[in-house]
Amino acid sequence: MQKITSLRMEHITKQFPGTLACDDITFSVGEGEILALVGENGAGKTTLMNILMGLYQSDEGRILINGEEVRFRNPNDAFSAGLGMVHQQYMLIANMTVVENIALGYKEAWSPVKLDLAKVRARIVEISEKYGLAVDPDAYIWQLSVGEQQRVELVKTLCLGARFLILDEPTSALTPQETDELIVLLKRMKSELSIIFISHKLQEVKNLCDKLLILRHGAVVFEGETADHSMGDIAALMTGHEVELPVNKEEACNGTVVLDIRNLDVQSDRGFLALDGFNLSIRCGEIVGLAGVSGNGQRELAEAINGLRKVERGEILFYGEDIANKSPHHIIESGMGYIPEERNTEGIVPAFSLKENLILKDTERDEFSAHHFLKNKAIEANATDLRVKFDIRSPNTSVAAGSLSGGNIQKVILAREISRRPKFLLAVYPIRGLDLGAAEFIHKQLLEKRREGIGILLISEELDEILDLSDRVAVIFKGKIQQVLERKDANRRTLGILMAGVHDDQTV
Amino acid sequence: MNTAVNILSLGIPFSVALLIASLGEMFNQRSGVFNLGCEGIMAMGAFLGMLVPYSVGHGGPTSEIFNVLGLLLAMGVGALFGLLFALVVVTFRAPQGIAGIGLQMFGVGVAGTLFRHFIGGTQSVPGISKFPIPLLSKIPVLGPIFFSHNVLVYIAFLFVPLSWYILFRTPWGLRVRAAGTNPRAADSIGINVTRVRYQALAVGGALAGLAGAYLSLCQAKMFSDGIIAGRGFIAVALVYFGHWHPVKIMGGALLFSLAQSLQLAIQGQGIAFPYEFAVMLPYVLVIVVLAFSRESQLLGPTALGQPFNREKRI
Repeated sequence: MQKITSLRMEHITKQFPGTLACDDITFSVGEGEILALVGENGAGKTTLMNILMGLYQSDEGRILINGEEVRFRNPNDAFSAGLGMVHQQYMLIANMTVVENIALGYKEAWSPVKLDLAKVRARIVEISEKYGLAVDPDAYIWQLSVGEQQRVELVKTLCLGARFLILDEPTSALTPQETDELIVLLKRMKSELSIIFISHKLQEVKNLCDKLLILRHGAVVFEGETADHSMGDIAALMTGHEVELPVNKEEACNGTVVLDIRNLDVQSDRGFLALDGFNLSIRCGEIVGLAGVSGNGQRELAEAINGLRKVERGEILFYGEDIANKSPHHIIESGMGYIPEERNTEGIVPAFSLKENLILKDTERDEFSAHHFLKNKAIEANATDLRVKFDIRSPNTSVAAGSLSGGNIQKVILAREISRRPKFLLAVYPIRGLDLGAAEFIHKQLLEKRREGIGILLISEELDEILDLSDRVAVIFKGKIQQVLERKDANRRTLGILMAGVHDDQTV
Repeated sequence: MNTAVNILSLGIPFSVALLIASLGEMFNQRSGVFNLGCEGIMAMGAFLGMLVPYSVGHGGPTSEIFNVLGLLLAMGVGALFGLLFALVVVTFRAPQGIAGIGLQMFGVGVAGTLFRHFIGGTQSVPGISKFPIPLLSKIPVLGPIFFSHNVLVYIAFLFVPLSWYILFRTPWGLRVRAAGTNPRAADSIGINVTRVRYQALAVGGALAGLAGAYLSLCQAKMFSDGIIAGRGFIAVALVYFGHWHPVKIMGGALLFSLAQSLQLAIQGQGIAFPYEFAVMLPYVLVIVVLAFSRESQLLGPTALGQPFNREKRI
């Protein structure tokens, strides 16, 4: 087991149909270093790492380890060279136990007729003691929280003999506390191995990494020491322009309550109560941020409000009318605007054109149809208009909506929902996975609507987003509201503690 | 009492073709591919299984070795059909449902055509004879029900624990389950998803071929065009019914076959009951049970039916 003292990728180029994902990228990492790989979505970070792990083959370029050229045709080659990667989407098999998941890659435990799980278990114990990573070998993956699953991923990678770690956006699904723990752990592991840390959370990058590599549109735009640059500089290099996310600084308007949720019980897909006596009210002209680690009932809440999930008990009063268990059509007609969590599957019909997606909720309105026939001219005019207003970047209005980038799809959804003049807007993770430019645009639009007097419920796990936009912040935990805070009383620390399920008064 | 023993002792050999075929289908589905062509492979197996002893003995008695050769030929060709199916749905990523229906029609058609060319009309073979287990078969009630069948019956029921062991206790079983549940994760940890699916489909095909040969050599002792009678499709349904678990699949196969032998008994006893409804009984039972069995997403192969493409960007 030779140590990896240097790793270098030279002139890496990879072409996907229609895009140049990596354009002549060169960088190197030395022993005991942590390199931050930073860039917007689609900048080529993940593709570059998939090439390094042998999952993709590069069109040009080479990889050198300890000065010698290596060729990885599949992940096994990369493992045997000592590389290990924790993917952004965890590569775990939900219906298997931790031991089985690790056994999948641990070939020393394989014989044709028997799987030696005892051997795998011993290896897990050895690794978790060495690095202080506690895992329960016999737990099924689906029983574990996101943070625990990530620990399993780390243990798995180390069990398979990784001496060089690649972490692809490891903190994107973690609570603030889990993130802090991970950063401490990685700093400690630095003495044993080198790490490539992919993130677009610049605070973490500043905190953890020695060196910085910034990609934009598949090419290296900056390489240097992290300590020499401020977060503002890094953000500007990432996006190519100065970015400032808008902040809600106005006074709360104290209007009338427009959405009042009382004692709501809703079941999850697995049959337990995802919302359990949930109460929340939102006034007109205010943004209420609902903070929480995803999986605490947010999805079920959004679906119940929109008539997409059965309400077991309780009421949802929307301008005085109980809309619980009403049809989605009825709820849409009464003025509910909805930006759903899954923009590709719930927000648009990917195979439909841009202009068709923009009128999905209005096919029966006289504006767009007469005698059950669509009015193509009106639909086209509507799309042309919205495309300019919402800065949707597409070749024309007839392209399939699914072929657009995530940011542009989100703008299509926003354009459709806002142009219908809703009386209320429910936005679920509206900027998840979007780059800074698109996020800026979406946030400005939400604040604009707030100024016009619309009530907005913003569901998010990004604390910065919640703190920037909300007038009040509610924290959800296991289907209940932990606490509702005024903006002035909310900060990252208090929210982080509440999101982890601890009541404010229990803390010291 | 005697009637009950008769129904049970008939029902158990009836279940064998279903049991073998659905255990094979279970491996297919656990690896992420469902093979609706099972029926076609069974038809090929039924024809080839009896072709060998028939060609040698022309319907008369032959040495058991030719029966064994028939079984092996059926399994080999079944495996080849499985590999052909893998080429279409794994390598070329064709839609599995459509490709499976194609394979079913292909198998049934080829078997029927070859049968008319090589054998012609209704010809029977002595087939594989019963092998009552000494001593055990003499036990009253239990003996006739469990221990008075042909060798393949005993082997088929041994396949149940064996396939459980393979699926849950060997590295290959682990790879199969991983490929069918989260192929991307399996790929990232260095498992060749394509190869695993080819292997699973070959195993599934061989077992489907064996199940077909069981029908012609042990049950009907002849071949006819409709000999499989939808058992291939029932086998696919039983895998869902049994939640991809060998023991539950065995339960499903037994339930179906006991209903089958019950309806035969109803007809045989001359009970005043329209026989058309009696014949329907097992099939209706499968539909009813499937409709009420709750899907358990936590256990099954969640990537079932999805072709895997590593470089496909999400």
